[in-house]
Amino acid sequence: MWKFTLRRILIMIPQLFVLSVLIFFVAKAMPGDALSGAIEANPKVSAQVLEEQREKLGLNDPAWVQYGRWLGNLFQGDLGKSYVHKVGVTDLIGSRLANTFYLGVAILILTYVISIPLGILSGRYQNTLLDKTITGYTYLSFATPIFIFSLLMLFVFGFRLGWFPTSGSVDVGVQPGTWAYVVNKFYHLILPACAGALVSTTATIQYLRNEVIDTRLKDFVKTARSKGVPESKVYSRHILRNSLLPIAAFLGYDLTAVLAGNLFIESIFGYPGLGQLFLQSITQRDFSVVTALVMLSGLLALIGTLLSDLILSWVDPRIRMG
Amino acid sequence: MGMRVETVAPIETIQKSPSNWSILGRELLKDKMAIGSLIFLFLFLIGIYGSIALINQDEVTKIDLMAIQAAPSADHWLGTDDAGRDIFGQLVIGARNSFTIGFMITILSAAIGLTIGLIAGFFGGLVDNVIMRFIDFILVLPFLMLVIVFVTIIPKYGVWEFIAIMTAFLWVGKARLIRAKVLAERELDYVQASKTLGTPNWKIITFGILPNLSSIVIVNLTLNLAGNIGIETGLSYLGFGLPDGTPSLGTLVSSATNPVILEQYWWMWLPASLLILVLILAINFIGQALKRATDAKQRLG
Repeated sequence: MWKFTLRRILIMIPQLFVLSVLIFFVAKAMPGDALSGAIEANPKVSAQVLEEQREKLGLNDPAWVQYGRWLGNLFQGDLGKSYVHKVGVTDLIGSRLANTFYLGVAILILTYVISIPLGILSGRYQNTLLDKTITGYTYLSFATPIFIFSLLMLFVFGFRLGWFPTSGSVDVGVQPGTWAYVVNKFYHLILPACAGALVSTTATIQYLRNEVIDTRLKDFVKTARSKGVPESKVYSRHILRNSLLPIAAFLGYDLTAVLAGNLFIESIFGYPGLGQLFLQSITQRDFSVVTALVMLSGLLALIGTLLSDLILSWVDPRIRMG
Repeated sequence: MGMRVETVAPIETIQKSPSNWSILGRELLKDKMAIGSLIFLFLFLIGIYGSIALINQDEVTKIDLMAIQAAPSADHWLGTDDAGRDIFGQLVIGARNSFTIGFMITILSAAIGLTIGLIAGFFGGLVDNVIMRFIDFILVLPFLMLVIVFVTIIPKYGVWEFIAIMTAFLWVGKARLIRAKVLAERELDYVQASKTLGTPNWKIITFGILPNLSSIVIVNLTLNLAGNIGIETGLSYLGFGLPDGTPSLGTLVSSATNPVILEQYWWMWLPASLLILVLILAINFIGQALKRATDAKQRLG
């Protein structure tokens, strides 16, 4: 088990390395560099002074030297300076990270809260109207593009019905640290989280449904029934436990989406998180922020995959990839 | 004592077992939603491609300041946008662009994915290992973010560049799927037999394995088409999709980023959103019906 983990982590290192090289060179291809922000502030700076500054900052060094320096900075937590906001990238990201995290977790929880009961019900009452309705819902939610769904939800519930706030993560003027703040933040989360969760439930529902249908026919279920175990207990204790474990593996993959920023949702709901930061930075050509965010995303994806594989192999020893 | 009459067993008529295509077709027809979707799609395609003759792109994109933000009327079936351009015309042109480009991306990524998947699955060993490492790496990359980055930094950006960027990321999913199937097919008797006979590899792949994958390929193609149209419209909505001058359904929806327009001028963005939704749903229903056809346990008919 630990050998497996170690091996996976070892494979991850070259992947991280290649990822960072790729991102670094993509970043180099982007127009502008570390001085762009300063130039904007003071356009009268002469070309010669600019050149001297570049020399001092090491921007004229060969690529691999710059890469080494960039990597070193990364490890120390220095992600560079934003061109536009004139503050460290790390600060910018830090303030948004929490928001994105809350949104991601909310979506994750909602997704499972919705999909697990629906999946089990759908499997248990197979071919009834309930099952057909739930299955129909899964087809719809699978097909609907997330930005259209979010837009429609915003329109209907936010604007037309006015039930939910339409932007931001918290109202202006609410004091942080108070209970009202927490409630307010939560209130702002509901609509985007619902939009995100409702379209993500498909895979889990379908998987659970199939699992329940298959497990129902197994011998140990017949045994439990003939022993006189009440039907609901048959489901909750025996069938559920068998079906639930692989879903935990999907959890790993979902974790990467948590911090991937959910670009569309954040953009449509005006939710100030990493996704929105990414879109704003690209539009403003603030490439140091962009680079940092892409790197972060890639790193999280790798970690998520690793987690997912670990959980899967822990849950089902047959899958342990040697 | 009677004569014993020997009854001869009637000669059994040998029935042709249904081909792949007829099974797919039969399943499709049994599913009412799929039929409805097919009809819709048919009308849709006639609408947007037939109108090439009728609607002139220049006419539609001409700015008419006298008719800014007009509500739907007889003149402008879906009203006008904030520069006075007819929404209905833009809808048709945008739909045509979105569908055509989505289609091209799907076909191209399928072609590449299929080829690489076949190679990796059939030859196995080192070739397979190398290709899979490569694919695993691409799968880790944040797709949307990188597409947006590339769209922004590529100097001469046009429709073909967009198609290239999308295809470059999307072929990997297909390749992985095909490779898994090919790995399984490879072990089957007919492949081993062909090899023993000395059939060249490319013949085994093209005439033996590939036809057996056809149903999976078709299902995957259909579902991918729906997904790709969704991605393209989403990117265009954010402003990182099709280049300016090539309207897409997503660009129409992007007017909704302005809360005023979202609330009051619904005709600017709602029709495009609904069209995207219905189009993708229709293609999906067809794809799902086909998918059920390939999995005998779930067939309706």
